[in-house]
Amino acid sequence: MTDVIAERESKVIQGRTGAWEIVIGLEVHAQVSSKSKLFSGAAVGFGAGPNEQVSLVDAAMPGMLPVLNRFCVEQAVRTGLGLKAQINRKSRFARKNYFYADLPQGYQISQFDEPIVGEGEVEVEREDGSFFTVRIERLHLEQDAGKLIHDLSPTESFVDLNRAGTALMEIVSRPDMRSAEEATAYVQKLRTILIYLGTCDGDMEKGNLRADVNVSVCRPGDYEKYRETGSFKHLGTRCEIKNVNSFRFMRAAVEYEARRQIEIIEDGGKVAQETRLFDPTKGETRSMRSKEEAHDYRYFPDPDLLPLVVEDAWIEEIKQSLPELPDDKRRRFISQYGLSSYDANVLISEQARADFYEKAASGRDAKLVANWTTNELLARLTKDGHDIEDSPVPPEHIAELVALIEDGTISSKIAKQVFDYVWAGEGSPKAVVEKHGLVQVTDTGAIETAIDQIMAANPDKVEAVKDKPQALGWFVGQVMKATGGKANPAAVNDILKAKLGV
Amino acid sequence: MAIDAATVRKVAHLARVAEPEDRLEALAQELNGILAWIEQLNEVDVQGVEPMTTAVEATQPLRDDAVTAGGDPARVLANAPKSADGFFIVPKVVE
Repeated sequence: MTDVIAERESKVIQGRTGAWEIVIGLEVHAQVSSKSKLFSGAAVGFGAGPNEQVSLVDAAMPGMLPVLNRFCVEQAVRTGLGLKAQINRKSRFARKNYFYADLPQGYQISQFDEPIVGEGEVEVEREDGSFFTVRIERLHLEQDAGKLIHDLSPTESFVDLNRAGTALMEIVSRPDMRSAEEATAYVQKLRTILIYLGTCDGDMEKGNLRADVNVSVCRPGDYEKYRETGSFKHLGTRCEIKNVNSFRFMRAAVEYEARRQIEIIEDGGKVAQETRLFDPTKGETRSMRSKEEAHDYRYFPDPDLLPLVVEDAWIEEIKQSLPELPDDKRRRFISQYGLSSYDANVLISEQARADFYEKAASGRDAKLVANWTTNELLARLTKDGHDIEDSPVPPEHIAELVALIEDGTISSKIAKQVFDYVWAGEGSPKAVVEKHGLVQVTDTGAIETAIDQIMAANPDKVEAVKDKPQALGWFVGQVMKATGGKANPAAVNDILKAKLGV
Repeated sequence: MAIDAATVRKVAHLARVAEPEDRLEALAQELNGILAWIEQLNEVDVQGVEPMTTAVEATQPLRDDAVTAGGDPARVLANAPKSADGFFIVPKVVE
């Protein structure tokens, strides 16, 4: 089955002179999950002491030469395949020249006009369940820069090169997102794909996944003209916003920036194409004047590195090792298990969740297992700050719980109680049911006895229910109370109706 | 393509090369001479010829993803004009 691709939805902002729409493109920097750096054997990792993960190549000592990491190339190709993108058999590294204290070489080794991965696409689901497509322009490999610390001295900056030379995949999208919500949904989807592929751990807190957000505004209808003609003249001047390292900041940055640009244009001004920095404490963007002249990067092929050739056989080998990707898994969950798109999405959003679910659902009522996994287990895990990997309730227990509901041993209501005991570590659902005597009473004799007693004690209610059948609920409640909640609700209803004549 | 003093000033600044103002014009002339000389290469018909990156046929060598370097901050910092607590220390850079 294929997903329904809905019309693109632009968020309309009302200005003083009419309506405006937002256009967003993203450059996502994803750190490759390698042990060592892109061009050196220094370790990649978080939390080491300053300059402990720096080789002489990273420090740009004279005469040091870069040697490319095979694993990083493989991850770029793997990611490209995951983005349904074209893999370029031949690509080239280029020097992007600029001076900054975090870049000892004086240039960043990146890829310019011959990236390793070309055009691809990502299918993204909006919050309302509709889908849209984001076109990928390219993915290239490049080095990260070092880190500057400014608050240790009023007159000096401290430089730590541990991050310098770490491999990044820069994934450049087309301007295909029309609201902050679509932009965050895209990054979330991209993150899920990267984690499935294992090419980047997606840890945004550690800065292993960061986004530069390109924002422009245009009048309604202009974007459609751009899509028809491919000409950017229909779109407004864009600003690139850096330092957007959380979904929350991304929303705030896009909204602030769009309003800023609209105000400039409505006041008769012109938006200047520039790099801006998002300030999370003030919730606004400001110009990074220091970066302006640095835009003249004078790219040229890096003479230290030969063109990179990726043989077809290697690409084929990587293709064979790809896992089932999130979109394929979602479609399979819907068709194989009969799940709703929403449940399927919740379950596939993490590989570990999907694996957990499939283990629990094996041979059981798949929808019921999905309900218990998403509604009870995931809610509880989130509340207690657990990941599914360290869930106190293993998939086998969810399966056993659902089996007990299926064969009528316990009702859904009692099952919640059982779940609580299992969560608290009292053992398997079967053991808990036995230990606490929670087996559902399906013995009609016992139910009848309870009903007879209640009817005898409440003759007024027995009369009342004849005129008011909805008062039956009161009787059901009393029977459940009398049986400690263990009576089979369906049996209680049937017998009550027969005895009360309603 | 002709280079003027303004271009030389800009390129020198981007490369952090200090060139006194009175040298810019002469440098522009020199650079123009070099470029004109190199431009003779345009006379050669290279249609259909792959750009040559090395004199000997060679492919990009690749290394395994293993940690083989680092772990020696003292060595990395040895030539730094100023350092402390494992950091390089440089004049304040903003942003």
